[in-house]
Amino acid sequence: MTKPDDAYLLELEGLTKTFPGVKANDDVSFRVGHGEIHALLGENGAGKSTLVKMIYGVLRPDSGAMHLHGETFAPARPSDARAHGIGMVFQHFSLFEALTVKENIELGVNPELAKGDLRQRIIEVSDYYGLKLDPDRMIGDLSVGQRQRVEIVRCLLQNPRLIIMDEPTSVLTPQEVDVLFATLRRLAEEGCSILYISHKLEEIRALCHTATILRGGKVVATCTPAEETAKSLAEMMIGAILMPARRESSSIGDVRLWVNRLSLPSQQQFGIDLKDISLDIKAGEIVGIAGVAGNGQEELMAALIGEHTLGDHETLQLDGKPIGRMGPDERRGLGMCFAPEERLGHAAVPNMSLIENAVLSARIRKNLARSGFINFREAENLSREVVEEFKVKIVGLDHAARSLSGGNLQKFIMGREILQAPTVFIASQPTWGVDAGAAAAIHQAIMQLAKEGAAILIISQDLDELMTICDRIAVIADGRLTEAEPVANLTIEQIGVNMGGQAERSAAHA
Amino acid sequence: MLKIEPRKEPSRVMLYATPFLAVLFTIVAGFILFSLLDKNPATATYLIFISPLTSLYTITELLVKATPLILIAIGLAVGFRAGVWNIGAEGQFTMGALAGGAMALALYEVEGLWVLPLVCLAGALGGMAWAAIPAFLRTRLNTNEILVSLMLVYVATLLLGMLVHGPLRDPDGFNFPESRLFHDAATLPALVAGTRAHVGFLVAIIAVIVAWILLRSHMIGFQIKVVGQAPRAARFAGFSSPRIVWFCFMISGALAGLAGIFEATGPVGQLVPALPVGYGFTAIIVAFLGRLHPLGILAGGLLLALTYIGGEAAQISMSLPSATVQVFQGMLLFFLLATDILVNYRVSWIASGRRPAKTALQQPAE
Repeated sequence: MTKPDDAYLLELEGLTKTFPGVKANDDVSFRVGHGEIHALLGENGAGKSTLVKMIYGVLRPDSGAMHLHGETFAPARPSDARAHGIGMVFQHFSLFEALTVKENIELGVNPELAKGDLRQRIIEVSDYYGLKLDPDRMIGDLSVGQRQRVEIVRCLLQNPRLIIMDEPTSVLTPQEVDVLFATLRRLAEEGCSILYISHKLEEIRALCHTATILRGGKVVATCTPAEETAKSLAEMMIGAILMPARRESSSIGDVRLWVNRLSLPSQQQFGIDLKDISLDIKAGEIVGIAGVAGNGQEELMAALIGEHTLGDHETLQLDGKPIGRMGPDERRGLGMCFAPEERLGHAAVPNMSLIENAVLSARIRKNLARSGFINFREAENLSREVVEEFKVKIVGLDHAARSLSGGNLQKFIMGREILQAPTVFIASQPTWGVDAGAAAAIHQAIMQLAKEGAAILIISQDLDELMTICDRIAVIADGRLTEAEPVANLTIEQIGVNMGGQAERSAAHA
Repeated sequence: MLKIEPRKEPSRVMLYATPFLAVLFTIVAGFILFSLLDKNPATATYLIFISPLTSLYTITELLVKATPLILIAIGLAVGFRAGVWNIGAEGQFTMGALAGGAMALALYEVEGLWVLPLVCLAGALGGMAWAAIPAFLRTRLNTNEILVSLMLVYVATLLLGMLVHGPLRDPDGFNFPESRLFHDAATLPALVAGTRAHVGFLVAIIAVIVAWILLRSHMIGFQIKVVGQAPRAARFAGFSSPRIVWFCFMISGALAGLAGIFEATGPVGQLVPALPVGYGFTAIIVAFLGRLHPLGILAGGLLLALTYIGGEAAQISMSLPSATVQVFQGMLLFFLLATDILVNYRVSWIASGRRPAKTALQQPAE
């Protein structure tokens, strides 16, 4: 055995982990130095999550060894890892919705830390790192972005020596990303190492000192991201030449979806009221809505899907036909399809099979339930088509939706909706947590749909995504929507300013 | 060391195996219990689980007990799948018997083939009316249907008592708190001549088959499942959850009411204050034992009926305490809930693999 080197904080030697049917990690070795921001890059299913779970003590390797500070390190559970100064911010937050911020943090830290004036320390740490947080708010009332702050603060409270971050910027505005990066750089200067998982290659180039690239469970390259291009990184990651998604201008037709001065008081205590929202989307057009999570996107989505029907039938019009009082079924019947942000529990039923989940939203347009009886054979055919066309990695069509990885489930959901050939397609966060290759495929499918004459609305917090695929972009802030402007007239900074709550002013000017 | 870890998805094997495991554990625990009571456990187990199957009479009695259990449990299972926790089937059973019984008494000595269907219809409507109360309160005011439906059980029982002591009392009955015996046109025909087994069992079988088809391949069953598992996904799909709540309460109310009127017009033959004997509660065990699946409920209903008949036989011939039946039913539910963890979790033994981890944990502390 080679003698571990104390110059590195964490060393992985030949880690291997096999699950039934798949070798998730195969002889993975790399080193993370003190104060180093180390990127872990790879497609969905490349083994990043498995690897990170082993470091954090959630899983145990079949073989191989880890060294922390030159000592053998084999955490049996996350609390062991935390006791050794390893913190983790998950992509899917492990928070209890019915408890407050403080209570959640109390539960997630080691008992000694929970003693004393935890509330005060939460405020101090969150202020110090510019991650504003109210310890007494219920998690259920927080936006995705705010929930992430809870996770980060929980981590920072324990003075970690290594922080693992899984796709941390997906829910932040460009300005917030800058704040986070400043925080991370400061932490690194203070000697804390960071293992940074992301598929946003530009971010990795800007932030990370070193990158380890995984493909199919193996390390395929280690590089200095600043010396690479985003394209070369992506190509190492997917092992093929990447064709970047490029927006071909398609011929724009008549207005398909028209939102006419939509105001909707929120149904929840801390929800956002929608205020006087107007928007039109023409055939062949892709319109984007940018905004920080929790500024009314969810409420707008609910109103567009028809989960909350509108009092005034005329407020929402499809091809000139009022649809405001219609429910989701009727709207689907007229050609609309939807892909909400939350995959499990909203867009899909976690414990139901993929076939049943196809029935969930496709039964009207695909006629899967004639005279009330479900045609499972056709539902299966549709699911198979989705899986093949969108390259969803599955164990079997009859397995539960929750057994899929996040990215794969997202591909399934997007495929399920797109294959219904909608004339109006509305998607929220279409590529959240999806790797670069799959995101490009989803973008391609969306653009193809637009080319065929569909009107498309994309609600996303990923500005790069919106800038790449949209014709026009509007910004939502505190329940108000700015006028949708052609992408050519917009800069990221401008959108960022609007996202930060200047929307009211712009709306008044518009 | 025992280790429990979540499964990626529910185990189908365990889903079907755990009811059998629960029955097995119950028998083992019964063995221990009888040994502690100084009764011969083998004899007791034989008396409870085997002897009822050895004569035609006890088999027909088995059907008498299984009929209400299956009918009620089918209705409850439909609700439980949708997250509608109707615990008050006993009350709906009682109100069904009361409404149907009142109809039978109103038509006293009226002849005609239509009398019995009308009586049964009144029974079903009585159960539905009683179930409508928690349904209304839940959909309108978001009250907890567990509490509302449960409390209404006691109201229904007292109402039955009041009416058979008063307006529904047999005028020629020497002031006994009982109604008249129903006349022949309002009495359920026997399934096997000379026994108490009645055609209600056939209705229960039909209910099983219809529920099986609906839950398996009809949109109603699909909606129920989605509403129960993921309310937000149900809204996304365009399913109305208040409508499903109402549907579930109406189905379970109707079936419980039907079970009640079958009991009154079948084996009992009149309205008596002691008509509700707990079928509505035992049916909850049946529903879960049957995994909320109609075929499972058919089997579960027969098994629980067995514990009633066998338990009584064992009580009489071995002078066991009268609580024996309830103890058995309680253990069955207990073991079922206990083994339920195996569906979503994997339990494994960790032998020596854990030790290196512990030493590693201690190293930096040194």
